[in-house]
Amino acid sequence: MTATPTIGVLALQGDTAEHLRMLGELGVPAEPVLHPEELDRVDGLILPGGESTTMAKLAARYDLVEPLRKHIGEGMPAYGTCAGMILLADRILDGAEGQQSLGGLDMTVRRNAFGRQSESFEDRIDVEGVSGGPFEAVFIRAPWVESVGESVRVLGKTAHGERAGRIVAVRQGGLLATSFHPELTGDPRIHRLFVDMVKGQA
Amino acid sequence: MTSTVDTPAGSAVGTTRVKRGMAEQLKNGVIMDVVTPEQAKIAEDAGAVAVMALERVPADIRRHGGVARMSDPDMIDGIIEAVSIPVMAKARIGHFVEAQVLESLGVDFIDESEVLTPADEAYHIDKWAFTVPFVCGATNIGEALRRIAEGAAMIRSKGEAGTGNVVEATRHMRAIRREISRLGTLDEAELFGAAKEMQAPYEVVKEVARLGKLPVPLFSAGGVATPADAALMRQLGAESVFVGSGIFKSGDPAKRADAIVQATLHYQDPEVIAKVSRGLGDAMVGINLDDLEESERYAGRGW
Repeated sequence: MTATPTIGVLALQGDTAEHLRMLGELGVPAEPVLHPEELDRVDGLILPGGESTTMAKLAARYDLVEPLRKHIGEGMPAYGTCAGMILLADRILDGAEGQQSLGGLDMTVRRNAFGRQSESFEDRIDVEGVSGGPFEAVFIRAPWVESVGESVRVLGKTAHGERAGRIVAVRQGGLLATSFHPELTGDPRIHRLFVDMVKGQA
Repeated sequence: MTSTVDTPAGSAVGTTRVKRGMAEQLKNGVIMDVVTPEQAKIAEDAGAVAVMALERVPADIRRHGGVARMSDPDMIDGIIEAVSIPVMAKARIGHFVEAQVLESLGVDFIDESEVLTPADEAYHIDKWAFTVPFVCGATNIGEALRRIAEGAAMIRSKGEAGTGNVVEATRHMRAIRREISRLGTLDEAELFGAAKEMQAPYEVVKEVARLGKLPVPLFSAGGVATPADAALMRQLGAESVFVGSGIFKSGDPAKRADAIVQATLHYQDPEVIAKVSRGLGDAMVGINLDDLEESERYAGRGW
């Protein structure tokens, strides 16, 4: 696919609007996804930041879990930020009781791994495949990736202080995930990478 | 203007982006008042995006009277222990030591709240001095922008908390939205005049005019008792809602909590709101605002 794709942003809860704005600034058609049939109209999907337990409950309530799994399983490119990363993980540590993910990315993610809000932080991170210098990454009650399967490529790790060395950006085929929130900083490079992935150009 | 705390290692906590970013994560979610760990679990299970830990919901604060203060740290610890979603707690207006205590307990957000008895008649808390983000109430744009200038990372329009009556929340949300729209129509010279009139810093006034919205999320709080109330506030422009007494003062809290979460998400879909409004049992008993003395009104606290 080389024409301009349409990208959906899951709109159950969280900072959907910020992702839509970033895609708009890149000139990419984008729309919120709240109903299962809306998934048929998009070529790629962003799972935004927010509260992963709330999103998982609402996805189950509105019969979105199976359609999401089906589209992701059939190869729809997807990008998860923070809570979205948790939703894309095959395995969750420290989830709420009975918390389910959609899965797709062969990794184990630890929820709220960096701590509560007073420990939320910014760091400057090199992301593989993203040129132009380190990425200013904002982490909010963020998860980290505890371990990855063989087919998952680690794209970035935290760089400074006692938090250094944690996996915070990964990719497996058409699935991309970051612990941090590029939608909050206005730097479009990771969104551009995802759009290129959806076009089949990255 | 920000109070970035640079750690020796090069990363930073408590930046404006980290604080406002936390507020952005709560959008489209419902924040529920809870007074026990059991209630906190019910709220979490119903899909609350965060809970507000307090000793008495506003309806009981009204009934008990006297000075309302920050909650007992034991009680806040118990709620932090019980749930994995974010926990907020209230400090009195201007009571920066209560805020210091709440920050040390590890709460994720502090509400500098008019529901508690104000501790300072002249000054609100300097919120830049904290790592934890703050939410503050506002009845109009000037009040909202003064709070943002003091470091608030979220604004909630004030309703009349503990009454189950949404009329004040409606009035204040409409006022704030109307004034934001008006700022967008002003030229440079007029913006200086508007800043003076609103008693707010020119830079913040100009930013709102440029963005067409506040630079932080705008929620609504106070008087929301039903799913339709929550959807009303969303349609009027709130990015989400706080629900206080409305849930745990009702007949079937778990069901009502769930219904309000769904109505907040599907606020533009009357069929969903109708469906979730069925068979909810008794709503909290409301208070007609004409029956409240001026001294019993909370929305007028703060300035």
